[in-house]
Amino acid sequence: MSLSKLKSIGLAVLALLPTLALAAAASDGPVEKQPVNISAIAMFVVFVLLTLGITYWAASRTKSTADFYTAGGGISGFQNGLAIAGDYMSAATLLGLSSLIYARGFDGFIYTISFFVGWPIILFILAERLRNLGKFTFADIASFRLDQTKIRTFAAFGSLTVVFFYLIVQMVGAGQLIQLLFGLEYNFAVILVGVLMIIYVTFGGMVATTWVQIIKACLLLFGGTLLMLLTFNYFGFSFDNLFGKAIESSKLGVSLMEPGKLLADPVSAVSLSLGLLFGTAALPHILMRFFTVPNAKEARKSVFVATGFIGFFFLVVVVLGIGAITIVGTDPQFFENGVVGGKLIGGSNMPVMHLAKAVGGDIFLGFLSAVAFATILAVVSGLALAGASAISHDIYARVIKKGSASGEQEMRVGKYASVFIGFIAVVLGILFKDQNVAFLVALAFGVAASVNFPVLILSMYWKGLTTRGALIGGIVGLFAAVGLVILSPAVWVKVIGNAAPIFPYDHPALFSMSAAFLATWLFSVTDKSARAKAEIAAFDDQYVRAQTGIGAAQASDH
Amino acid sequence: MSDKALYDKIRKNPKFAQLCRERGRFSLILSLIVLVPYYAFMMTVAYNPKFFADHFGDSTIMTIGWPIGAVIIVGSWLLTGIYIRRANGAFEDLNEEIIAEARK
Repeated sequence: MSLSKLKSIGLAVLALLPTLALAAAASDGPVEKQPVNISAIAMFVVFVLLTLGITYWAASRTKSTADFYTAGGGISGFQNGLAIAGDYMSAATLLGLSSLIYARGFDGFIYTISFFVGWPIILFILAERLRNLGKFTFADIASFRLDQTKIRTFAAFGSLTVVFFYLIVQMVGAGQLIQLLFGLEYNFAVILVGVLMIIYVTFGGMVATTWVQIIKACLLLFGGTLLMLLTFNYFGFSFDNLFGKAIESSKLGVSLMEPGKLLADPVSAVSLSLGLLFGTAALPHILMRFFTVPNAKEARKSVFVATGFIGFFFLVVVVLGIGAITIVGTDPQFFENGVVGGKLIGGSNMPVMHLAKAVGGDIFLGFLSAVAFATILAVVSGLALAGASAISHDIYARVIKKGSASGEQEMRVGKYASVFIGFIAVVLGILFKDQNVAFLVALAFGVAASVNFPVLILSMYWKGLTTRGALIGGIVGLFAAVGLVILSPAVWVKVIGNAAPIFPYDHPALFSMSAAFLATWLFSVTDKSARAKAEIAAFDDQYVRAQTGIGAAQASDH
Repeated sequence: MSDKALYDKIRKNPKFAQLCRERGRFSLILSLIVLVPYYAFMMTVAYNPKFFADHFGDSTIMTIGWPIGAVIIVGSWLLTGIYIRRANGAFEDLNEEIIAEARK
């Protein structure tokens, strides 16, 4: 493979995920701290006060472990759909996807589509079984009929790994973004995010986390739509005008309108899409949202609602990215030293922010900045809660105490765990300042797709799965995913500094997922132990519960 | 009645087999309707990218790649609507029937 091709794959994957693209800002080098933005800070303070008020209200409704982890299963399908959409429409999605489309045209659109298609699949194959089998965590399902100690520990470990990788990316992104948008110190921004996250999760549990997510989703949808309308208005609401002007303005010219080099390699394209598809389906903070609704019916409805909002938002983002090519890309005020086509002020993720200023002025820029900050807060809160539940529910209550811990004790551990996770997240966020953290996104999705997803899907669908198979398969998936990412361009070349990568693709999913499934299958079918027989026999009852919902965790009423 | 006894009873109900079969087939077909066009799209991007450079309709600017992509997104969402219509409608009714019969 030629070096230039390798380089283009490297670039492709660098620009890969929204989050990844956001993280890539970190590799632009240290960003300039901007002047303090008063209107943005004022609007953000309003958001924080509102959410703290909600947390205060939520705290009075968080009495049991079920309230803490899953809002007592009392969230409606529509509300939960908005919250899921909120989890998925991160600041990274808004900034990263739009900047990708701004820079790459149609190639950016291909990523946008790849980032979306996992949702219908989650609905068709996962949603109802997740709700019917799970209680608080995804480990509940993975260990449903397998060894409680081994599989639950392993699943909790898988969740925590994904949560921490993802948290670091979010924290570093938050620090960068806030520095840019608000003109606040990086460390101050990271600590602020950590402290607010701890307050939401510790006092308000899932009730507060969900409402923070819902409010933020509405703000983001509102802000994005308004920006889209203002942008579209600039082009007289004509697609031909929008795209025609973009072709004139872009360095890419007409090739803006067709696939470029980013996904020219089929192996890399498939590996990327598998990672996105099945990684998304196994992110602990997303899975957890399926337990917050009363039943499978509402779980399905929430994916329908979430998919609709996410799809709509992604199409809005496409218009923003294309519109920015003309409006931002030809305006000297948005480039360093006024050199059009040079480096964008604030780095490569800023087109949408500049667009907001161009069509909506300083007030609208302030509003969108506040929304971006709110978005990060909401996403890290969801992550922290998912991590805390893995520690308190899986490891403490089930593995260490073997189910003998009282609800009160478990919840106390859960609260300590959220403080601990928040603290670690702040420390890691500061440690990773100015580091290229792009590979952590590949790791988070790689581990989710290769460690969490196989055990989750096979425990639901494959009768023959045994503890031995799940454990060995999971370990194989973990080592394959982590090993391949280390040998990939993102780490081997960009972090360690070697000339050429040993593994040419930045996304390991195609290989690590296949290895995990193969190992799980092989070590399950060859497992002839008595325990394996009992586990296989237990599938039949699990299957009835998965299909009908009989015995599923009920919504608690107050 | 314990859950265990309920499960045994449900397993013997032919309606349960029918529910699993029909719902399983339905979700499989819908998954394929999403995945086959999506991967066909990705493979066309890899092997025949010029396919997407054709102009759309009368437009001299818009290429067909954009509307195709938009159709994948909107179409996938419509499919989730079709799924929940049946899963929360007919399948849910059948499910409730099965549970009621088992609890008798």
